[in-house]
Amino acid sequence: MALSREEVEHIARLARLGITEADKDKFCDQLSNILEQFQTLEEVDTNNVLPTAQVTDRQNSMREDNILPSLPQDAVLSNAPWREQEYFRVRAVLEE
Amino acid sequence: MVVSQTTKNIDYETVIGLEVHVQLSTKSKMYCSCSAAYSSAPPNTHVCPVCLGLPGSLPVINKQAVEYTMMMGLALNCNIAEHSHFDRKSYPYPDLMKGFQISQYDAPLAYGGWIDIETEQVVNRIRITRVHLEEDVSKLLHQTNSLGEIYSLVDVNRSGVPLMEVVSEPDIRSPEEARHYLMTLHSIVRYLGISTGNMEEGSFRCDANISIRERGTTRSNNKVEVKNMNSFKAVYQALSFEAQRQRELVQKGEHISMETRGWVDNKEITVSQRSKEYAHDYRYFPEPDLPPLVIERNWVTEIQKNMPELAQQKRDRFVEQYGLSLYDASLLTESRALADYFETCLKSPALQNLPKQKAAKELSNWLLGEFNRLLNLSNIDITRTKITPQMMGELIVFANDNIINISSGKVVLEVMFQTGKIAKDIIAEMNLARIGDTSAIDEIVKQAIQANPDAVADYKRGKEQALKFLVGQVMRISKGRADAKITAEIIKQNLIEGE
Ligand SMILES: [Zn+2]
Repeated sequence: MALSREEVEHIARLARLGITEADKDKFCDQLSNILEQFQTLEEVDTNNVLPTAQVTDRQNSMREDNILPSLPQDAVLSNAPWREQEYFRVRAVLEE
Repeated sequence: MVVSQTTKNIDYETVIGLEVHVQLSTKSKMYCSCSAAYSSAPPNTHVCPVCLGLPGSLPVINKQAVEYTMMMGLALNCNIAEHSHFDRKSYPYPDLMKGFQISQYDAPLAYGGWIDIETEQVVNRIRITRVHLEEDVSKLLHQTNSLGEIYSLVDVNRSGVPLMEVVSEPDIRSPEEARHYLMTLHSIVRYLGISTGNMEEGSFRCDANISIRERGTTRSNNKVEVKNMNSFKAVYQALSFEAQRQRELVQKGEHISMETRGWVDNKEITVSQRSKEYAHDYRYFPEPDLPPLVIERNWVTEIQKNMPELAQQKRDRFVEQYGLSLYDASLLTESRALADYFETCLKSPALQNLPKQKAAKELSNWLLGEFNRLLNLSNIDITRTKITPQMMGELIVFANDNIINISSGKVVLEVMFQTGKIAKDIIAEMNLARIGDTSAIDEIVKQAIQANPDAVADYKRGKEQALKFLVGQVMRISKGRADAKITAEIIKQNLIEGE
């Protein structure tokens, strides 16, 4: 299950990661290895098993509609890489 | 020999599907306990680690939002899923701090429903594909500073507010039908009390997919997605514009490109919106932080049992129970608040002595006429009116008993509306009681006749208009209090005697 360079570039772009040419080769190998590892799961017969995305066995975990205090505004903004007054500042998001 | 002509005048039909996003009026957000009242709060004050997607934070489903969505599903004749779950949708924009939106992909809460839409007496059944639950995004404020830098500011308050999405099948055939469909959905969410439905504030938003195809065929041209329609009128205008634009392109032999277009309200056109560099890659997968929902049927039954009566049912009941016309009943049930006010008035002690259907008819006339005019004029919501149902009932009884005539009744209603005083006091203070006493009216009639010899002469020459004029003069002198019928009689008597 080898990944192509194009696929690695695509994944990097989706993850908003800038990677060097050398990284691309490295990640090609590493990601392909990981996928290969998962291939071993194919050996299990799952024909009669329903798909699941959960391992907790929980269901219907819900909360009542009550308000609890939020964080103080300064705490909310404390990790902002870029802040302006009471807002997070980010690079321009063009109106689509 | 007749050669069949390939005609340019092909008959096209319009094919529309709508996606409607409705903010639910829960107290708290969808996956955390922050207040959902985002618009009134200072920026970034309704925000917690879940809203920010901080490591280690854990979302929990708001049960109320699930129940509201089930209510909507039931109102739209949908199946309520037995198994449902949430999915993660990758979304690399800064209006969601997590970098993804928790939505529903392949297991929506409700699916496979329909509603009937009546447009110009034709009923069309619009199928509902699905109703699912997701979260709203942050508000972005686009800025340009004095250095000419362009950037955005993020207010996270709105992020995580429960958003219900209703998706229709492409069963809508005209912009007018789209408008009706939307108004019906709007009425349902208002009746269910699950959203403010405020379109200007974005609590009720609509995107459309629209294409055209040769009538009788099933293969449509490319469809166009239309956004930025912020009112029922805008939806109608944008879709009309787009239906026309697509027809013109095809007639010129041009290609309709598959794209997203935005409605520009002040120019009344749609414009192409910048297409993304590469297609969306949402990479949906089941949300690992939210265990799935298993919806027992008795939960559904419980919700079904507590569903309020919806507009159409109420309208039909008003016709049946109160003998109102379908037209009046439709107007009265347009909003639940008005319908509720109507019924509370009917139950007021004041109206108990009138026959039910008579009271309903009189009340309906007052509410849809003068009262409605006053509400619109002052832009006051009916739930805030100073006129209590009992006060309204008393006014109607005074008018019905001929204590005041209609024109005085309107004056009383207006003063009541402005001041909150009761009808009895207003009638006394403003001296509005009807003059029904013949000798009192006779005196005023004599004044009017004396002051208007021309009209008298006209009447004697057979001009019926002159009588109306004289009645008007009596009304003017009596400040509208004289009984109109008695006045007309007395004028006639006087003029005959005067011969
Ligand atoms: Zn929160």
